[in-house]
Amino acid sequence: MHLLAFDTSTEWCSAALWMDGRVIDAAVHAGQAHSRLLLPMVSSLLAEAGLTLGELDGIAFGRGPGSFTGVRIACGVAQGLALGASLPLLGVSTLEAMAEEADAEQVVTCLDARMNEIYAAVWRRDPSGWQAETEAMVCPPAVAPLPTASGYVGCGGAFAAYPEILARRYADLLTDIRPGLIPHARSIARLAAPRFRAGMAVPPEAAEPVYVRDKVALTIRERTMGTRPGGNTHGTGMSA
Amino acid sequence: MLVLGIETSCDETGIALYDTERGLLAHALHSQVAMHAEYGGVVPELASRDHIRRAPRLIGKALADAGLEIGAVGAIAYTQGPGLAGALLAGASLAAGLGVALKVPVLGVHHLEGHLLSPLLAAPRPEFPFVALLVSGGHTQLMRVDGVGLYELLGETLDDAAGEAFDKTAQLLGLGYPGGPQVARAAETGDAYRYKLPRPMLNSGDLEFSFSGLKTAVLNLAKKEGPGATADIAASFQAAVVDVLAGKCLAALTRTGMDRLVVAGGVGANRALRARLDAEAGRHGFTVFYPPLDLCTDNGAMIAYAGALRLTAGAPSDGGFSVRPRWELAELEAVPVS
Ligand SMILES: Nc1ncnc2c1ncn2[C@@H]1O[C@H](COP(=O)(O)OP(=O)(O)OP(=O)(O)O)[C@@H](O)[C@H]1O
Repeated sequence: MHLLAFDTSTEWCSAALWMDGRVIDAAVHAGQAHSRLLLPMVSSLLAEAGLTLGELDGIAFGRGPGSFTGVRIACGVAQGLALGASLPLLGVSTLEAMAEEADAEQVVTCLDARMNEIYAAVWRRDPSGWQAETEAMVCPPAVAPLPTASGYVGCGGAFAAYPEILARRYADLLTDIRPGLIPHARSIARLAAPRFRAGMAVPPEAAEPVYVRDKVALTIRERTMGTRPGGNTHGTGMSA
Repeated sequence: MLVLGIETSCDETGIALYDTERGLLAHALHSQVAMHAEYGGVVPELASRDHIRRAPRLIGKALADAGLEIGAVGAIAYTQGPGLAGALLAGASLAAGLGVALKVPVLGVHHLEGHLLSPLLAAPRPEFPFVALLVSGGHTQLMRVDGVGLYELLGETLDDAAGEAFDKTAQLLGLGYPGGPQVARAAETGDAYRYKLPRPMLNSGDLEFSFSGLKTAVLNLAKKEGPGATADIAASFQAAVVDVLAGKCLAALTRTGMDRLVVAGGVGANRALRARLDAEAGRHGFTVFYPPLDLCTDNGAMIAYAGALRLTAGAPSDGGFSVRPRWELAELEAVPVS
């Protein structure tokens, strides 16, 4: 099976090709330049592997959470490539991809969600794969989700954005902290391969980002009632 | 050449297929108006989310309507700007991905150029050169158009756009969003002569517009007269806007010595405006052209069409993709068009 994977949910842009277990990949610190870098990166990986899009079995993308615009770039490009080459799509959680990237059995993944919040989840690996001990959520770093025991590895950009708060929050629950770890496309590809085999992929029109922060504005009614944004979010702002 | 047009600059997802030999083959549209109405205006993040959700399905619908497969697409035109950055990026990403997969050129199109050239999609089509009145939710401009990319701004609004004035008036009168069609409907049963509203800058001697004072006048009037007067206020307001727009169009035609007027943008759908301009055309001996009614507001067809004109004139493909949320028409390059 041959898969293309990519992610643009953070300041990094990464892409990977999975070829029956063999992986080639690339990643650059893109800042805001994902739209310029992603497709050339994909093309050069395909050229390196001597493959065309038509020879792939599917495309996996980092579906979020992460930068709203970033996850849409990945999703939109994936939709376009898949529509044009008649391929199925599969979105993979960026937080799960970080757990996979961490090369550990128990992982706390935290991405910066801006507006003084983080996207976070707690993961444990069992024989069937990664189990979310707490589902992906958006919350202030001071109330980040806790593992039930110690011995976890903390990963992701939020550990660089909120080092003190998260250090205090996790105290001695973490054996290691890796702020530089990203939801790399090679991990997305590894997670996606068995799911493609299990028939979990969807047609391009059914592929969607998963933002986690879902309340992004107040309705007129909510404003007049003085509601604060509720649900699983605390933000009132418009961007991330 | 079959061009796929993708428009996602604001709150409408527009997809169209334009063939340079056979004309417009299909166009599909999803309006987010109902979604944003709850929020009292366009929420940019929600707009972007909706575009990415709808666009692939709309492409499927347009292809089905035209009885074509995606492989038949020979080029892609997407709205590169101006507009909401996140919304533009949703369409640009999709366009760029499709372009790579289909190995076809991808071209970013200026949204206002799309509007400006949309009357050329109707029959009879205007020849260059002409004077264009662009009246939408975000713009009110008079332009001299000598060809594709040859745009000279003759005058524009100093404050609110005409469509914006309609929208705000609707809000003041409690008529809902978007306001243009609502005000127009209310005006049908109203007396346009009951209230004498100002005709801002009608006799200013230049081709500039101003609509914010009119809005204030409506506000004061609505407060004074109460809800019973809604239809008459709407009619009086519409008459004032139509007077100003028509007056400035005549002035622009006189100033440029041209005898062709092209009207584009959402307010161009307004019947009272069309009736007035048609009457003036008869009286003063010029011809007025409009886009097809369903192509006045944002749509994919105008983007496919503008893209097709530029691509057949040899415009190079963009390669990667980028958006330009702020982008002046005057920055466009001219292209020869046969
Ligand atoms: N029948 C009508 N009468 C008056 N105004 C109308 C009518 N129909 C639509 N409009 C107005 O047209 C505007 C929408 O037009 P359009 O979609 O061309 O512009 P936009 O996308 O808001 O702005 P722009 O294209 O400048 O970025 C709205 O302001 C709407 O109220």
